[in-house]
Amino acid sequence: MTEQIQHIDQQLFEILETVSDPEIPVLSIMEMGVVRSAKLQNGIVNVQITPTYSGCPAMDVIGDDIKKAFQEKGLEAKVELVLFPAWTTDWITPKGRLALEKYGIASPLNETADKEALLGNKKVVKCPQCGSFNTKLVSQFGSTACKALFQCDDCLEPFDYFKCLK
Amino acid sequence: MNQNLIQYIFGVADNCLILGQRLGELCGHGPSLETDIAMTNISLDLLGQTRSYYQYVAKLQGNDSTEDTVAFLRLEREYKNVLLVEQPNTDFAYSIARQFLFDVFHLALLTELQNSKDDMLKAIANKSIKEVSYHVRFSSDWMKRLGDGTEESHQKIQTAINDLWIFTDELFHQTDADKEMVKQGVGVDVTLLKEDYYKKINSILEEATLEIPQVEYFQKGGKLGIHSEHMGYLLSDLQYMQRTYPNMTW
Repeated sequence: MTEQIQHIDQQLFEILETVSDPEIPVLSIMEMGVVRSAKLQNGIVNVQITPTYSGCPAMDVIGDDIKKAFQEKGLEAKVELVLFPAWTTDWITPKGRLALEKYGIASPLNETADKEALLGNKKVVKCPQCGSFNTKLVSQFGSTACKALFQCDDCLEPFDYFKCLK
Repeated sequence: MNQNLIQYIFGVADNCLILGQRLGELCGHGPSLETDIAMTNISLDLLGQTRSYYQYVAKLQGNDSTEDTVAFLRLEREYKNVLLVEQPNTDFAYSIARQFLFDVFHLALLTELQNSKDDMLKAIANKSIKEVSYHVRFSSDWMKRLGDGTEESHQKIQTAINDLWIFTDELFHQTDADKEMVKQGVGVDVTLLKEDYYKKINSILEEATLEIPQVEYFQKGGKLGIHSEHMGYLLSDLQYMQRTYPNMTW
């Protein structure tokens, strides 16, 4: 789909990469896929971001952090929230998925596997601590809107699973 | 300014605000940590959706209107939510039954709203539907767990469903503004969703070993701004800060 293409000026990319998700500090907003466009026009940086979940309180903070990051480079930024096309977990980059796993959050599975996992039908979510698939669903909703709560039956550690959003 | 469009959006968005507020009351009071977190997560989704709708309304209204004035500074009669969503959290069974009866409708509504000729409503529906499909999963699952659970849980969820059933018919009522928006291809014709709604609800009730209530008289009024006795208390909580300290900000 052409509408999924991001329009980001190369020189702005590096600055945006320094802004992280306040709820998941190991993940930059670029890896998260929430930045839809960034353009330098008449000395002002116009950034479009899209929310992961409608009520995600991180979006306000991300907006402020973007402005701050550009300010430090002597640039003024304007941040606009766009809803369409709606964010999907497919936009998390491979690097981002790796960062999630390292941080202790199981990264989103594909739609079918996700459904099985969240209905507790199949053991398909891998424990980010010990790598076991012997895990169980504790709650479809977790510490933030984007996550579900799981527990590993081998190492017994509870962990977050990043829900698939399509 | 398109008054019909604004009224139509209130009919959709106020359900999200009021149910979000109701669920928010459970923050820290859920029967277990997991259900507490789940219900407040759903609340957060609904309030997030409300913000998108109200930001749009504020833009349509112009002047000094903001999402906050739309949310906090209307009078009771100006809220156009259905009676179902304002019903109190009598016990966990009522909260789940209310959620279930609304979620199934909400998902069907958003599915159709994705075809709206209004780009903004279309975008909000497109975004919200992903969240709401999680809500349906959660509430349907709990209907089955309570219905097919212990004797006590079965009896409690049956009572809740029986009591809340009278509010379901209103979901499919249309105001004049709704009809106008349907005609323009902006709004969803909810009357067309009714048959499928009861089919889905009934099939889950059966799976949950629950009886389908037989009711002949249904309650209505919320869509016209005529609310149940619970609404005033809810609004006094919701609007308290703005009414006490006008124009306060965080």
